[in-house]
Amino acid sequence: MDNDKVKSRREFLQSGVRLSLALALGGIGGLAVSRLTGDDYVWQIDPFKCTQCGRCATECVMSPSAVKCIHAYDLCGYCDLCGGYFKPGYNALSTAGENQLCPTAAIERKFIEEPYFEYVINEELCIGCAKCVKGCTSFGNGSLHLQIVHSLCVNCNECSIARVCPSEAISRVKASQAYRIKGGFTQESAG
Amino acid sequence: MKKRICILLAFAFLIVASSVTAQMQRFPKPEFESGYEQPDPVTPEPRALALEYFDVAVLLAALSLASWLALKKRSRQGMLWLSVFTLLYFGFYRNGCICSVGSIQNMTLTFADAGYTISLTALLFFLLPLIFTLFFGRTFCAGACPLGAIQDLVIIKPISLPSWLRTTLGLVPYLYLALAVLYAATGTDFIICRYDPFVGIFRMDAPFLMTVLGIAFLLMGMFVARPYCRFFCPYGVLLNWMSHFSKWHLSITPSHCIQCKLCTTSCPFDAIDYPTGEKTTALSRDSAKRFLVYALLIPVWMAAGGFVGSRAHTWLSKAHPDVYLAELLITRPEVKNDPDNIDVQTFLSSGKTMPQLVESAQAIRQKFYTGSWLAGGFIGLVIGVTLLNQVVFRRRSDYRPNRGNCYSCARCVDYCPVDR
Repeated sequence: MDNDKVKSRREFLQSGVRLSLALALGGIGGLAVSRLTGDDYVWQIDPFKCTQCGRCATECVMSPSAVKCIHAYDLCGYCDLCGGYFKPGYNALSTAGENQLCPTAAIERKFIEEPYFEYVINEELCIGCAKCVKGCTSFGNGSLHLQIVHSLCVNCNECSIARVCPSEAISRVKASQAYRIKGGFTQESAG
Repeated sequence: MKKRICILLAFAFLIVASSVTAQMQRFPKPEFESGYEQPDPVTPEPRALALEYFDVAVLLAALSLASWLALKKRSRQGMLWLSVFTLLYFGFYRNGCICSVGSIQNMTLTFADAGYTISLTALLFFLLPLIFTLFFGRTFCAGACPLGAIQDLVIIKPISLPSWLRTTLGLVPYLYLALAVLYAATGTDFIICRYDPFVGIFRMDAPFLMTVLGIAFLLMGMFVARPYCRFFCPYGVLLNWMSHFSKWHLSITPSHCIQCKLCTTSCPFDAIDYPTGEKTTALSRDSAKRFLVYALLIPVWMAAGGFVGSRAHTWLSKAHPDVYLAELLITRPEVKNDPDNIDVQTFLSSGKTMPQLVESAQAIRQKFYTGSWLAGGFIGLVIGVTLLNQVVFRRRSDYRPNRGNCYSCARCVDYCPVDR
């Protein structure tokens, strides 16, 4: 008899706490639902904030990094003397390795017509070190810039590059607009 | 008239837009005569949203199956295969991201940062296991958590830890939870994700130290079963609360306990509570006084915890990059001349002024001050309640799984000789 009383009291307490826990969960869930987005988030680099520090190459959880150089051809001047392709102290305007700025020779230079050259990034080789981006931004139009390539990015809950980015250029963006390619994406639209 | 204005506006917009691009372009794009066609930049799409929802469906299915296996089917074999599947799907296929353990931080950030809105996937990954646990016990840990699964599969020769050690180490998850919430709320870091020891194994790629940590955890896990789950997992704290008051729970015996003690060696996690003997019952009169003292001590513990937390807030806030940078520039202004210090150089060339940086650092530190008080108070509360629990006497007549700590892995079920 006494034992039953203890038992029923314990059960009553248990179900009371259970109900309050359920209400708490519901409350938290409800509050979060009011702040819900239908879209998912991915990480992306704002090319106008990027200062080409080189950390994208070393800080990504993937090796090689999921950050690659993207060429916004719309902005390219197709220069013969490309600031993104040639080392400052180059010997000649040729594709010889010692002239190239890219440490992995990931930029392919192709003659189109006098005096224009096309530059294509080989993403298999690109490590996202931003050396070419720096060159292109300093001496050219800035058509070469870094982007997180979403076929490689594992979309960590918190991007390990974003954590150490000195210019806070990496942020969460809507998955429906997953890229910030220069040209379509302007400094104004960055807000 | 309206049309004209529209056209004029459109023209004005075009002129502005073209002037912007013209500004950017030092070398205008050439007009090719050879018929060259410009390629498009390659931009592979991110993982489709539908697939993210599929992950939620898989989680839901795994939770349902785990609960059914633990409570109805009572099958260790089934649970084992389910955990293998979970490890393969959420672990190696989904690379351990997104996971429920880390979703605590997404939830925190949702409430702390007005600029962040949570995705449905993250919200459901946070809520679903908790709801299931409230009804069926921690079946999530047994069957649907990839971190649990990888540890569960390496258990070879589990040793039993003494109770005092388990209780003491059991405080670590609370501390971890408090710190994780504090760091997520201040927008500093997601420490749960960053120090997840197994995600590197799932990705087969991690910094050297994290790989070492992951392997160390697995090696330790051969003997101290599920070390991360028991002594670190911050989500386990929430699951523990839910499971304590769950509607149903795995039971060792299908009908009634015959006190054969066969199950006592079955649990690798020391999560089986033994029946209370007559001797301990006699002690209980003395403990009424101790109960009162310990209960009254709880506010003291909380105040002490809050005080210690607030003392530590300066130190804790150093993890935030702005605070760190501001402090570095104030204490060692000579770093401004160091060309290799990327953070300092980027700050100097960013156009932000020192007072701005200091102001933002102070605002963050203020947040840390409040947060550390709360976190410290929470830890104090936990210590107080843990102590109180040591003197609370609960009569048990049978061998029963400890509701809070039991992962519902169903190992003990196989050991019970009683038929239905």
